[in-house]
Amino acid sequence: MGDFDYAVIYNNLPLLIDGLKVTFLLTILAVVGGIFLGTVLALIRIAKIPVLSWVAVAYVNFFRSLPLILVIFWLYFLVPLFLGRPVGSFYSVLVAFILFEAAYYSEIIRAGITSVREGQVAAGRAIGLSYTQTMRYIVLPQAFRAMVPVLLTQAIVLFQDTSLVYVVGLKDFLVSAELIANRDQRLVEMFVFVAIVYFIISFAGSLYARRLQRKLSV
Amino acid sequence: MIEISNASKWYGDFQVLDNCSTRVGTGEVVVVCGPSGSGKSTLIKCVNGLEPINSGDITVDGTQVTARKTNLNQLRSRIGMVFQNFELFPHMSALDNIKLGQLKVLNRSANEADERAHALLKQVGLSEHASKYPAQLSGGQQQRVAIARGLAMDPIAMLFDEPTSALDPEMINDVLDVMVDLAGEGMTMMVVTHEMGFAQKVADRVVFMDEGRIVEDAPTQEFFKAQGSERAQLFLSKILTH
Repeated sequence: MGDFDYAVIYNNLPLLIDGLKVTFLLTILAVVGGIFLGTVLALIRIAKIPVLSWVAVAYVNFFRSLPLILVIFWLYFLVPLFLGRPVGSFYSVLVAFILFEAAYYSEIIRAGITSVREGQVAAGRAIGLSYTQTMRYIVLPQAFRAMVPVLLTQAIVLFQDTSLVYVVGLKDFLVSAELIANRDQRLVEMFVFVAIVYFIISFAGSLYARRLQRKLSV
Repeated sequence: MIEISNASKWYGDFQVLDNCSTRVGTGEVVVVCGPSGSGKSTLIKCVNGLEPINSGDITVDGTQVTARKTNLNQLRSRIGMVFQNFELFPHMSALDNIKLGQLKVLNRSANEADERAHALLKQVGLSEHASKYPAQLSGGQQQRVAIARGLAMDPIAMLFDEPTSALDPEMINDVLDVMVDLAGEGMTMMVVTHEMGFAQKVADRVVFMDEGRIVEDAPTQEFFKAQGSERAQLFLSKILTH
Protein backbone atom coordinates (compact mmCIF):
# COMPACT_ATOMS: atom_id res chain seq x y z
CA MET A 1 0.00 0.00 0.00
CA GLY A 2 3.09 2.21 0.04
CA ASP A 3 2.29 3.64 -3.35
CA PHE A 4 -1.34 4.52 -2.59
CA ASP A 5 -1.87 7.55 -4.77
CA TYR A 6 -4.10 10.09 -3.09
CA ALA A 7 -3.53 12.54 -5.92
CA VAL A 8 -5.57 10.49 -8.35
CA ILE A 9 -8.60 10.96 -6.11
CA TYR A 10 -7.90 14.61 -5.55
CA ASN A 11 -7.26 15.37 -9.20
CA ASN A 12 -10.44 13.70 -10.31
CA LEU A 13 -12.74 15.10 -7.64
CA PRO A 14 -14.86 17.16 -10.04
CA LEU A 15 -15.65 14.07 -12.12
CA LEU A 16 -16.36 12.03 -9.01
CA ILE A 17 -18.62 14.70 -7.61
CA ASP A 18 -20.54 14.82 -10.87
CA GLY A 19 -21.02 11.08 -10.56
CA LEU A 20 -22.12 11.39 -6.96
CA LYS A 21 -24.64 14.03 -7.99
CA VAL A 22 -26.19 11.59 -10.45
CA THR A 23 -26.35 8.95 -7.73
CA PHE A 24 -28.00 11.34 -5.29
CA LEU A 25 -30.42 12.76 -7.82
CA LEU A 26 -31.44 9.26 -8.85
CA THR A 27 -31.88 8.19 -5.22
CA ILE A 28 -33.93 11.23 -4.24
CA LEU A 29 -36.20 11.18 -7.28
CA ALA A 30 -36.71 7.43 -6.98
CA VAL A 31 -37.56 7.73 -3.27
CA VAL A 32 -40.05 10.54 -3.89
CA GLY A 33 -41.60 8.81 -6.90
CA GLY A 34 -41.57 5.42 -5.18
CA ILE A 35 -43.26 6.75 -2.05
CA PHE A 36 -45.87 8.56 -4.13
CA LEU A 37 -46.72 5.54 -6.28
CA GLY A 38 -46.39 3.27 -3.25
CA THR A 39 -48.90 5.37 -1.32
CA VAL A 40 -51.36 5.20 -4.20
CA LEU A 41 -50.98 1.41 -4.37
CA ALA A 42 -51.36 1.09 -0.60
CA LEU A 43 -54.49 3.25 -0.53
CA ILE A 44 -56.04 1.26 -3.38
CA ARG A 45 -55.48 -1.93 -1.43
CA ILE A 46 -56.75 -0.53 1.84
CA ALA A 47 -59.85 1.02 0.31
CA LYS A 48 -60.49 -2.39 -1.32
CA ILE A 49 -61.45 -0.81 -4.61
CA PRO A 50 -62.66 -3.71 -6.78
CA VAL A 51 -60.44 -4.76 -9.72
CA LEU A 52 -57.92 -1.97 -9.01
CA SER A 53 -57.14 -3.54 -5.68
CA TRP A 54 -56.44 -6.83 -7.42
CA VAL A 55 -54.18 -5.05 -9.90
CA ALA A 56 -52.27 -3.45 -7.02
CA VAL A 57 -51.71 -6.82 -5.37
CA ALA A 58 -50.52 -8.30 -8.66
CA TYR A 59 -48.22 -5.33 -9.22
CA VAL A 60 -46.60 -5.62 -5.81
CA ASN A 61 -46.10 -9.35 -6.08
CA PHE A 62 -44.78 -9.06 -9.61
CA PHE A 63 -42.07 -6.52 -8.87
CA ARG A 64 -41.11 -8.06 -5.56
CA SER A 65 -40.44 -11.34 -7.34
CA LEU A 66 -38.01 -9.92 -9.89
CA PRO A 67 -34.33 -9.08 -9.52
CA LEU A 68 -33.84 -5.32 -9.69
CA ILE A 69 -31.13 -5.62 -12.30
CA LEU A 70 -33.56 -7.33 -14.62
CA VAL A 71 -36.08 -4.51 -14.21
CA ILE A 72 -33.37 -1.97 -15.00
CA PHE A 73 -32.47 -3.86 -18.15
CA TRP A 74 -36.03 -4.22 -19.29
CA LEU A 75 -36.97 -0.63 -18.75
CA TYR A 76 -33.84 0.46 -20.55
CA PHE A 77 -35.27 -1.14 -23.67
CA LEU A 78 -38.97 -0.75 -22.93
CA VAL A 79 -39.21 2.95 -22.02
CA PRO A 80 -37.85 4.22 -25.37
CA LEU A 81 -39.97 1.62 -27.16
CA PHE A 82 -43.04 2.74 -25.25
CA LEU A 83 -42.44 6.42 -25.85
CA GLY A 84 -41.30 5.90 -29.43
CA ARG A 85 -38.13 7.93 -28.93
CA PRO A 86 -34.83 7.62 -27.06
CA VAL A 87 -34.95 9.10 -23.57
CA GLY A 88 -31.43 8.61 -22.26
CA SER A 89 -30.42 6.07 -19.69
CA PHE A 90 -31.07 8.35 -16.69
CA TYR A 91 -34.81 8.51 -17.28
CA SER A 92 -35.25 4.88 -18.16
CA VAL A 93 -33.34 3.92 -15.03
CA LEU A 94 -35.34 6.36 -12.93
CA VAL A 95 -38.59 4.85 -14.15
CA ALA A 96 -37.25 1.39 -13.35
CA PHE A 97 -36.34 2.40 -9.80
CA ILE A 98 -39.64 4.13 -9.15
CA LEU A 99 -41.67 1.16 -10.41
CA PHE A 100 -39.53 -1.29 -8.46
CA GLU A 101 -39.32 0.67 -5.21
CA ALA A 102 -43.04 1.47 -5.25
CA ALA A 103 -43.75 -2.22 -4.70
CA TYR A 104 -41.64 -2.22 -1.54
CA TYR A 105 -42.78 1.18 -0.34
CA SER A 106 -46.43 0.26 -0.78
CA GLU A 107 -46.01 -2.65 1.64
CA ILE A 108 -44.26 -0.43 4.18
CA ILE A 109 -46.93 2.25 3.81
CA ARG A 110 -49.75 -0.25 4.00
CA ALA A 111 -48.35 -1.58 7.27
CA GLY A 112 -48.06 1.99 8.51
CA ILE A 113 -51.64 2.81 7.62
CA THR A 114 -53.02 -0.33 9.24
CA SER A 115 -51.07 0.51 12.38
CA VAL A 116 -53.23 3.61 12.85
CA ARG A 117 -56.08 2.70 15.16
CA GLU A 118 -59.49 2.23 13.59
CA GLY A 119 -61.01 4.61 16.12
CA GLN A 120 -59.04 7.42 14.50
CA VAL A 121 -60.93 6.93 11.26
CA ALA A 122 -64.21 6.87 13.15
CA ALA A 123 -63.27 10.08 14.97
CA GLY A 124 -62.43 11.78 11.69
CA ARG A 125 -65.62 10.64 10.02
CA ALA A 126 -67.63 11.63 13.09
CA ILE A 127 -66.73 15.29 12.72
CA GLY A 128 -67.85 15.14 9.10
CA LEU A 129 -64.55 14.66 7.27
CA SER A 130 -64.83 12.67 4.05
CA TYR A 131 -62.90 9.42 3.61
CA THR A 132 -60.24 11.24 1.58
CA GLN A 133 -59.94 14.05 4.12
CA THR A 134 -59.69 11.52 6.95
CA MET A 135 -56.86 9.77 5.13
CA ARG A 136 -55.09 13.02 4.33
CA TYR A 137 -55.33 14.86 7.63
CA ILE A 138 -55.53 12.05 10.14
CA VAL A 139 -54.40 8.63 8.98
CA LEU A 140 -51.52 9.36 6.59
CA PRO A 141 -49.69 11.88 8.82
CA GLN A 142 -49.73 9.36 11.65
CA ALA A 143 -48.78 6.50 9.36
CA PHE A 144 -45.86 8.39 7.84
CA ARG A 145 -44.60 9.44 11.23
CA ALA A 146 -44.48 5.82 12.31
CA MET A 147 -42.89 4.78 9.03
CA VAL A 148 -40.13 7.36 8.69
CA PRO A 149 -37.34 5.13 10.05
CA VAL A 150 -38.36 2.21 7.83
CA LEU A 151 -38.73 4.44 4.79
CA LEU A 152 -35.30 5.89 5.46
CA THR A 153 -33.77 2.44 5.77
CA GLN A 154 -35.35 1.51 2.46
CA ALA A 155 -33.94 4.71 0.95
CA ILE A 156 -30.44 3.69 2.08
CA VAL A 157 -30.86 0.32 0.40
CA LEU A 158 -31.98 2.17 -2.71
CA PHE A 159 -28.95 4.47 -2.51
CA GLN A 160 -26.70 1.41 -2.65
CA ASP A 161 -28.79 -0.24 -5.33
CA THR A 162 -28.44 2.73 -7.65
CA SER A 163 -24.94 1.41 -8.36
CA LEU A 164 -26.67 -1.22 -10.51
CA VAL A 165 -27.09 1.41 -13.23
CA TYR A 166 -23.62 0.22 -14.12
CA VAL A 167 -25.31 -2.30 -16.41
CA VAL A 168 -26.70 0.39 -18.68
CA GLY A 169 -23.61 2.58 -18.53
CA LEU A 170 -25.14 5.53 -16.73
CA LYS A 171 -22.33 7.61 -15.26
CA ASP A 172 -23.20 7.53 -11.60
CA PHE A 173 -20.64 7.63 -8.80
CA LEU A 174 -19.43 4.07 -9.22
CA VAL A 175 -19.21 4.18 -13.00
CA SER A 176 -17.35 7.52 -12.92
CA ALA A 177 -14.86 6.06 -10.48
CA GLU A 178 -14.43 2.98 -12.59
CA LEU A 179 -13.77 5.02 -15.73
CA ILE A 180 -11.09 6.98 -13.91
CA ALA A 181 -9.65 3.82 -12.42
CA ASN A 182 -9.24 2.22 -15.83
CA ARG A 183 -8.00 5.34 -17.51
CA ASP A 184 -5.35 6.10 -14.90
CA GLN A 185 -4.69 2.50 -13.96
CA ARG A 186 -5.51 3.26 -10.32
CA LEU A 187 -8.05 0.58 -9.50
CA VAL A 188 -7.19 0.16 -5.82
CA GLU A 189 -7.36 3.84 -4.98
CA MET A 190 -10.60 4.39 -6.79
CA PHE A 191 -12.49 1.38 -5.49
CA VAL A 192 -11.31 1.95 -1.93
CA PHE A 193 -12.42 5.55 -2.15
CA VAL A 194 -15.81 4.61 -3.61
CA ALA A 195 -16.33 2.01 -0.90
CA ILE A 196 -15.52 4.51 1.84
CA VAL A 197 -17.95 7.09 0.46
CA TYR A 198 -20.78 4.55 0.09
CA PHE A 199 -20.07 3.27 3.59
CA ILE A 200 -20.02 6.66 5.28
CA ILE A 201 -23.25 7.83 3.69
CA SER A 202 -25.10 4.57 4.25
CA PHE A 203 -23.85 4.07 7.78
CA ALA A 204 -24.63 7.63 8.81
CA GLY A 205 -28.07 7.15 7.31
CA SER A 206 -28.77 3.97 9.26
CA LEU A 207 -27.52 5.52 12.50
CA TYR A 208 -29.92 8.38 11.94
CA ALA A 209 -32.76 5.97 11.14
CA ARG A 210 -32.06 4.10 14.37
CA ARG A 211 -32.10 7.33 16.35
CA LEU A 212 -35.39 8.32 14.80
CA GLN A 213 -36.80 4.92 15.62
CA ARG A 214 -35.86 5.34 19.26
CA LYS A 215 -37.19 8.87 19.39
CA LEU A 216 -40.52 7.90 17.84
CA SER A 217 -41.04 4.86 20.02
CA VAL A 218 -40.90 6.92 23.22
CA MET B 1 -84.60 14.95 17.09
CA ILE B 2 -83.26 11.39 16.96
CA GLU B 3 -85.74 8.71 15.89
CA ILE B 4 -84.73 5.08 15.82
CA SER B 5 -87.38 2.72 14.56
CA ASN B 6 -87.07 -1.04 14.29
CA ALA B 7 -83.32 -0.94 13.76
CA SER B 8 -81.71 -4.34 13.29
CA LYS B 9 -78.13 -5.20 12.54
CA TRP B 10 -76.16 -8.38 12.04
CA TYR B 11 -72.46 -9.16 12.09
CA GLY B 12 -72.60 -12.23 9.90
CA ASP B 13 -74.94 -14.62 11.68
CA PHE B 14 -74.78 -12.72 14.95
CA GLN B 15 -77.56 -10.23 15.54
CA VAL B 16 -76.21 -7.22 17.44
CA LEU B 17 -79.35 -5.10 17.22
CA ASP B 18 -82.79 -6.65 17.32
CA ASN B 19 -85.64 -4.40 16.29
CA CYS B 20 -84.60 -1.42 18.41
CA SER B 21 -86.85 1.62 18.63
CA THR B 22 -86.45 4.73 20.72
CA ARG B 23 -86.32 8.47 20.35
CA VAL B 24 -84.47 11.43 21.79
CA GLY B 25 -86.45 14.65 21.72
CA THR B 26 -84.90 18.07 21.24
CA GLY B 27 -83.14 19.11 24.43
CA GLU B 28 -83.60 15.68 25.94
CA VAL B 29 -80.90 13.60 27.60
CA VAL B 30 -81.27 9.88 27.14
CA VAL B 31 -78.95 7.44 28.88
CA VAL B 32 -78.44 4.02 27.35
CA CYS B 33 -77.17 1.32 29.68
CA GLY B 34 -76.89 -2.42 29.76
CA PRO B 35 -74.38 -5.23 30.17
CA SER B 36 -71.36 -5.35 27.87
CA GLY B 37 -72.16 -6.89 24.52
CA SER B 38 -75.77 -5.73 24.74
CA GLY B 39 -75.38 -3.62 21.60
CA LYS B 40 -75.56 -0.18 23.17
CA SER B 41 -72.33 1.10 21.63
CA THR B 42 -73.35 -0.29 18.27
CA LEU B 43 -76.72 1.43 18.55
CA ILE B 44 -75.19 4.83 19.19
CA LYS B 45 -72.73 4.41 16.30
CA CYS B 46 -75.68 3.74 14.02
CA VAL B 47 -77.19 7.12 14.88
CA ASN B 48 -74.54 9.00 12.89
CA GLY B 49 -74.04 6.22 10.38
CA LEU B 50 -70.59 5.14 11.56
CA GLU B 51 -72.17 1.68 11.58
CA PRO B 52 -74.81 0.85 9.00
CA ILE B 53 -77.98 -0.97 9.99
CA ASN B 54 -79.44 -3.82 7.98
CA SER B 55 -83.08 -2.99 8.45
CA GLY B 56 -85.21 -0.38 10.10
CA ASP B 57 -84.90 3.34 10.00
CA ILE B 58 -82.97 6.10 11.79
CA THR B 59 -83.60 9.80 11.29
CA VAL B 60 -81.82 12.74 12.87
CA ASP B 61 -83.47 16.14 12.68
CA GLY B 62 -85.69 14.85 9.89
CA THR B 63 -82.79 13.52 7.82
CA GLN B 64 -82.77 9.81 7.16
CA VAL B 65 -79.37 8.41 8.18
CA THR B 66 -80.13 5.21 6.35
CA ALA B 67 -81.17 6.77 3.04
CA ARG B 68 -78.80 6.33 0.15
CA LYS B 69 -79.03 9.94 -0.98
CA THR B 70 -78.25 11.38 2.45
CA ASN B 71 -74.99 13.31 2.63
CA LEU B 72 -73.61 11.50 5.67
CA ASN B 73 -70.57 13.77 5.97
CA GLN B 74 -72.79 16.79 6.25
CA LEU B 75 -75.09 15.10 8.71
CA ARG B 76 -72.18 13.91 10.86
CA SER B 77 -70.74 17.39 11.01
CA ARG B 78 -73.92 18.40 12.83
CA ILE B 79 -73.81 15.54 15.35
CA GLY B 80 -71.00 15.58 17.89
CA MET B 81 -69.55 12.27 19.01
CA VAL B 82 -67.37 11.39 21.98
CA PHE B 83 -65.64 8.03 22.12
CA GLN B 84 -64.65 5.73 24.93
CA ASN B 85 -60.97 6.02 24.02
CA PHE B 86 -61.13 9.77 23.29
CA GLU B 87 -59.62 9.31 19.84
CA LEU B 88 -58.00 12.70 19.79
CA PHE B 89 -55.67 13.10 16.83
CA PRO B 90 -52.26 12.45 18.43
CA HIS B 91 -50.27 14.43 15.87
CA MET B 92 -52.14 17.66 16.61
CA SER B 93 -52.26 19.96 19.60
CA ALA B 94 -55.45 20.20 21.63
CA LEU B 95 -56.25 23.44 19.85
CA ASP B 96 -55.71 21.95 16.38
CA ASN B 97 -57.85 18.97 17.28
CA ILE B 98 -60.71 21.36 17.92
CA LYS B 99 -59.95 23.43 14.82
CA LEU B 100 -59.64 20.69 12.20
CA GLY B 101 -63.34 20.09 11.60
CA GLN B 102 -64.12 23.78 11.69
CA LEU B 103 -61.51 24.47 9.01
CA LYS B 104 -61.99 21.49 6.74
CA VAL B 105 -65.70 20.75 7.12
CA LEU B 106 -67.33 24.02 8.07
CA ASN B 107 -64.80 26.11 6.11
CA ARG B 108 -64.46 28.64 8.89
CA SER B 109 -61.61 31.14 8.71
CA ALA B 110 -58.51 30.38 10.75
CA ASN B 111 -59.29 33.28 13.09
CA GLU B 112 -62.85 32.23 13.66
CA ALA B 113 -61.84 28.61 14.32
CA ASP B 114 -59.11 29.76 16.65
CA GLU B 115 -61.46 31.93 18.67
CA ARG B 116 -64.08 29.23 18.92
CA ALA B 117 -61.49 26.63 19.95
CA HIS B 118 -60.10 28.85 22.70
CA ALA B 119 -63.58 29.61 23.98
CA LEU B 120 -64.41 25.91 24.10
CA LEU B 121 -61.18 25.02 25.87
CA LYS B 122 -62.11 27.61 28.46
CA GLN B 123 -65.57 26.11 28.76
CA VAL B 124 -64.13 22.65 29.54
CA GLY B 125 -61.54 24.15 31.89
CA LEU B 126 -58.43 23.55 29.81
CA SER B 127 -57.40 27.01 28.66
CA GLU B 128 -53.77 26.54 29.66
CA HIS B 129 -53.45 23.31 27.74
CA ALA B 130 -54.24 24.60 24.25
CA SER B 131 -50.84 23.90 22.77
CA LYS B 132 -50.32 20.52 24.43
CA TYR B 133 -50.48 17.29 22.50
CA PRO B 134 -52.88 14.54 23.56
CA ALA B 135 -50.03 12.43 24.94
CA GLN B 136 -49.22 15.26 27.36
CA LEU B 137 -52.75 15.31 28.75
CA SER B 138 -54.41 13.03 31.29
CA GLY B 139 -57.31 10.84 30.21
CA GLY B 140 -59.85 13.18 31.73
CA GLN B 141 -58.29 16.17 30.02
CA GLN B 142 -58.20 14.35 26.70
CA GLN B 143 -61.85 13.47 26.99
CA ARG B 144 -62.76 17.07 27.70
CA VAL B 145 -60.81 18.17 24.63
CA ALA B 146 -62.73 15.53 22.68
CA ILE B 147 -66.01 17.00 23.92
CA ALA B 148 -64.81 20.45 22.87
CA ARG B 149 -63.91 19.03 19.45
CA GLY B 150 -67.48 17.82 19.06
CA LEU B 151 -68.98 21.08 20.29
CA ALA B 152 -66.83 23.11 17.90
CA MET B 153 -69.07 21.98 15.07
CA ASP B 154 -72.09 23.59 16.77
CA PRO B 155 -73.89 20.27 16.79
CA ILE B 156 -77.63 19.81 17.05
CA ALA B 157 -77.03 16.74 19.23
CA MET B 158 -74.16 15.04 21.02
CA LEU B 159 -73.53 11.30 21.19
CA PHE B 160 -71.41 9.88 24.01
CA ASP B 161 -70.13 6.32 23.76
CA GLU B 162 -69.04 5.29 27.26
CA PRO B 163 -67.18 8.57 27.75
CA THR B 164 -65.90 7.77 31.23
CA SER B 165 -65.28 4.04 31.18
CA ALA B 166 -61.63 4.35 30.15
CA LEU B 167 -60.89 6.92 32.85
CA ASP B 168 -59.33 6.68 36.28
CA PRO B 169 -61.95 7.26 38.97
CA GLU B 170 -60.63 10.66 39.99
CA MET B 171 -60.97 11.94 36.41
CA ILE B 172 -64.53 10.81 35.87
CA ASN B 173 -66.16 13.71 37.63
CA ASP B 174 -64.31 16.35 35.61
CA VAL B 175 -65.80 14.87 32.47
CA LEU B 176 -69.25 14.31 33.96
CA ASP B 177 -69.32 17.91 35.19
CA VAL B 178 -68.82 19.14 31.65
CA MET B 179 -71.60 16.84 30.47
CA VAL B 180 -73.96 17.97 33.21
CA ASP B 181 -73.32 21.59 32.21
CA LEU B 182 -74.07 20.72 28.62
CA ALA B 183 -77.32 19.05 29.57
CA GLY B 184 -78.20 22.12 31.60
CA GLU B 185 -77.70 24.27 28.53
CA GLY B 186 -80.32 22.23 26.76
CA MET B 187 -78.09 20.13 24.51
CA THR B 188 -79.76 17.07 23.02
CA MET B 189 -77.72 14.14 24.26
CA MET B 190 -77.64 10.39 23.86
CA VAL B 191 -75.24 8.87 26.35
CA VAL B 192 -74.10 5.27 26.63
CA THR B 193 -72.83 4.99 30.19
CA HIS B 194 -72.89 3.05 33.42
CA GLU B 195 -72.74 6.21 35.48
CA MET B 196 -76.11 5.89 37.15
CA GLY B 197 -75.47 8.98 39.26
CA PHE B 198 -75.22 10.97 36.07
CA ALA B 199 -78.37 9.33 34.75
CA GLN B 200 -80.33 10.19 37.88
CA LYS B 201 -79.09 13.73 37.83
CA VAL B 202 -79.67 14.77 34.23
CA ALA B 203 -81.32 12.05 32.16
CA ASP B 204 -84.89 12.47 31.03
CA ARG B 205 -85.13 8.82 30.10
CA VAL B 206 -83.12 5.67 30.56
CA VAL B 207 -82.95 2.97 27.93
CA PHE B 208 -81.86 -0.47 29.06
CA MET B 209 -80.50 -2.90 26.50
CA ASP B 210 -79.79 -6.59 26.70
CA GLU B 211 -78.75 -9.01 23.94
CA GLY B 212 -79.36 -6.44 21.21
CA ARG B 213 -82.87 -5.57 22.34
CA ILE B 214 -84.21 -2.52 24.06
CA VAL B 215 -85.69 -4.16 27.12
CA GLU B 216 -86.76 -1.02 28.84
CA ASP B 217 -87.27 2.61 27.88
CA ALA B 218 -88.64 4.62 30.76
CA PRO B 219 -88.53 8.08 32.32
CA THR B 220 -85.58 8.21 34.69
CA GLN B 221 -87.54 8.28 37.93
CA GLU B 222 -89.64 5.30 36.92
CA PHE B 223 -86.58 3.39 35.81
CA PHE B 224 -84.94 3.73 39.20
CA LYS B 225 -88.14 3.11 41.15
CA ALA B 226 -87.83 -0.62 40.63
CA GLN B 227 -90.84 -0.95 38.45
CA GLY B 228 -89.00 -2.19 35.44
CA SER B 229 -88.04 -5.54 34.04
CA GLU B 230 -86.36 -8.14 36.14
CA ARG B 231 -83.31 -8.09 33.90
CA ALA B 232 -82.86 -4.34 34.36
CA GLN B 233 -83.28 -4.59 38.10
CA LEU B 234 -80.69 -7.33 38.29
CA PHE B 235 -78.31 -5.18 36.27
CA LEU B 236 -78.94 -2.18 38.47
CA SER B 237 -78.43 -4.12 41.66
CA LYS B 238 -75.14 -5.36 40.33
CA ILE B 239 -73.72 -1.98 39.41
CA LEU B 240 -75.20 -0.01 42.27
CA THR B 241 -74.20 -2.21 45.21
CA HIS B 242 -70.53 -1.24 45.09
